[in-house]
Amino acid sequence: MRLFHRLDSPFPLDLSFPRGLQSLQFLVPLRTTMKNNLSRRNFLSQGCSSLSAVWVSAHFPAMLSAARHARESAQSATPKLGFFTPEQADEIDAITSRIIPSDGTPGAHEAGVVYFIDQALTTFAVEEQVHYREGLPEVAARTKELFPSIEKFSSATPEQQDEILASFDEKMPAQRRPNRPRAGGQNFFETMRSHTIIAFLLDPDSGGDPNGTGWKVLGRERSHMFQPPFGYYDQNYAGWQPVPDGTRKSKS
Amino acid sequence: MRPDLPKYKTSDEVDFVIVGSGAAGGIMAKELSTNGFRVVVLEQGPYLTEADFGHNEVKILAQDFLTNHPKLQPNTFRKTPDDKAKPQRTVVYGRLVGGTSVHFTANFWRFHEIDFIERSKIGSIAGSTLVDWPITYADLEPYYTKVEWEIGVSGLAHASPFDPPRSKPYPMPPLPTKGSGVLFEQAARKLGWHAFPAPMAILSQPRTGRSACINCGFCLAFGCEVGAKSSSLAAAIPVAEKTGRCEIRPNSYVHRIEVDSNGRAIGATYFDEKRNVHLQKAKAVVLCANGAETPRLLLLSANKQFPNGLANSSGYVGKNLMLNGGGISFGVFEHPVNDYKGFAVSRILHDFYENDPQKLGFYGGGGIDARYDLTPIGFAMGALPPGSPRWGKGYKDLLAHNFQRTFEVFSHTTSLPIENNSFSLDPDVTDAWGLPALRMTYKDHPDDIKFARWLNERGLQLLDAAGAQRKWSFPIDEQVFAVHLLGTCRMGNDPKTSVINKDHRTHDVKNLFLCDGSSMVTSGRGQPTMTIEALAFRAADRITDLARRNEIA
Repeated sequence: MRLFHRLDSPFPLDLSFPRGLQSLQFLVPLRTTMKNNLSRRNFLSQGCSSLSAVWVSAHFPAMLSAARHARESAQSATPKLGFFTPEQADEIDAITSRIIPSDGTPGAHEAGVVYFIDQALTTFAVEEQVHYREGLPEVAARTKELFPSIEKFSSATPEQQDEILASFDEKMPAQRRPNRPRAGGQNFFETMRSHTIIAFLLDPDSGGDPNGTGWKVLGRERSHMFQPPFGYYDQNYAGWQPVPDGTRKSKS
Repeated sequence: MRPDLPKYKTSDEVDFVIVGSGAAGGIMAKELSTNGFRVVVLEQGPYLTEADFGHNEVKILAQDFLTNHPKLQPNTFRKTPDDKAKPQRTVVYGRLVGGTSVHFTANFWRFHEIDFIERSKIGSIAGSTLVDWPITYADLEPYYTKVEWEIGVSGLAHASPFDPPRSKPYPMPPLPTKGSGVLFEQAARKLGWHAFPAPMAILSQPRTGRSACINCGFCLAFGCEVGAKSSSLAAAIPVAEKTGRCEIRPNSYVHRIEVDSNGRAIGATYFDEKRNVHLQKAKAVVLCANGAETPRLLLLSANKQFPNGLANSSGYVGKNLMLNGGGISFGVFEHPVNDYKGFAVSRILHDFYENDPQKLGFYGGGGIDARYDLTPIGFAMGALPPGSPRWGKGYKDLLAHNFQRTFEVFSHTTSLPIENNSFSLDPDVTDAWGLPALRMTYKDHPDDIKFARWLNERGLQLLDAAGAQRKWSFPIDEQVFAVHLLGTCRMGNDPKTSVINKDHRTHDVKNLFLCDGSSMVTSGRGQPTMTIEALAFRAADRITDLARRNEIA
């Protein structure tokens, strides 16, 4: 995965991020524990496993800025944008919403993916701005070319939007895309796709969508501490038993 | 509580300067300082702590927060010495205090007897420089046990009928059995094979102030926030620092070992964080910089006396590189496995560790494990079956269905030593400090590819027997990418065909020692770190003995 290349991460430490009532309830005993000079490690060694989420929230507070930005922007009447114009943001929102659509379960739109990308492009992914600078006019051009009566990508129907995007994705089976390969198309599409997936699935406690939208879609539980049984197959497992013939087998 | 740590002056001739603080360097520092020596460890990366680690995949995986950085430290690659190498990322290793042991999977198999004596047993192999080790499994056994007890390994002794002899059980029971482990074990039983609890360098119980594994699910590629993973950072360096005799000096990029007119090493020259150059003086130098950087450093240290690089009279510095091969197969199951929870591996099997090349038609051996080592983003990028939609509703539906139901069967295999396979200095490309970049030359031996494909078929058989509804593999082709960095300054009795002797002393420079993946003579079956650490414990014993008998300086 070579998507972002900059070494320095500008995400500031931010302890003020709201994490929901459930976490806050446990924050007090944890802080008290810390005050009693018990290190986090000892605290964990003592088996306080149910407090995992809290421990995570108290101790992994870094790198939340993009997510916070995404959330606040999505909730505010006038979204704050750092890289995209409002019109461009509408287009990106529409594109990411075809990559991970909202259809019964929330998708890229609900996860605020466009705002995450917007923030990323002015902070840790500056080098990838070029793909958007070149790609967005290309999206407009292809929209016009394929559907002359449509003003912009975001005004097209979902089916039309898919056809436009398919024209960028040369890895699509040929019968499913309009045949118009053009230099840089795949590059832009892969960037959009990667960024959408990252923004959708990045750990909600480490800078991803704080609502954990993507993890809910995957069925990935939000916790950072688990106890067996983990799933269906290990729930009634009786424990390891040697194979009855436990002698050295002849080699193949 | 961190003890008051010594700060040695660079002009202060310490007993040992160790280059690198990873699997080998951390243990070397622990052992030598515990034995009473004054030690400086020069580590090119930063000194991070558990509080610095997190689960941000962008930062860790895409921005190389814990690993060597391709822009600052470019690599080049070519298949054979006749080709011109092209810039391409070929090597990934941990670049921080603790080295690669911070982010590794922590699979911790011992080598078996056969790994040390295979040349004698099967004879020569065309195209390979395969030789026996100058030491045997029996020589190393006490040190494997030391690793298990002093660094911390979970496992079940005598569970595999193929296990080599051991003098002591594991210090703690195996980690929990994951769903992948249950299915793998059942499948193996059906096939008449012998799955057993994977030995892992991850604590299943709290130990010496470190937490047991909390099954957070971000293990491979990530640092452990609770110190459960038995990295050098968690398990060795704190012990070294506690002696009060060991200084860990991070952000110190060693680029030259200095030698006096008598051919004796006098210390290591390095760039500090601000790129100022220093020479740390020492009575002896120990390189534990990994199988890529150790030979590179020897080559960078060429001078009039050693025109082909330090300790390179054999011409074998950087040669005989072995990467280990293998195959990855995925299976999708009916019910949620939820294998994302926990560490990577809970079951392995060694039924195919040793094979008869006459019967098989080619050389090779290996082990197979059941695992899940993907992050959510990693899964979405690369773990859906071939031909799956890559975006849109079909893509999203498949992610939602498969994420909880997928795991991997991973086979790990031998690499034969080949003289042309090597690390060397690139003549054109330089790193951000102006030093020649690391150049990799590598082409797998045909038997390595054949055996990797053969063993991968066994993996697919396991997934079938486990009841996978769908299964597939990544294609197995010639490798161009290195994580296991083995054999590049190999150990041997003959100075003409090896770089170090069995005390890890270079044949050419009396007070220069090397210990890391480069010391290995054969590649084992894919899990080298346990053996690197056992070698480090043994080397530290040998070096201590020599120093006490005044036979170094």
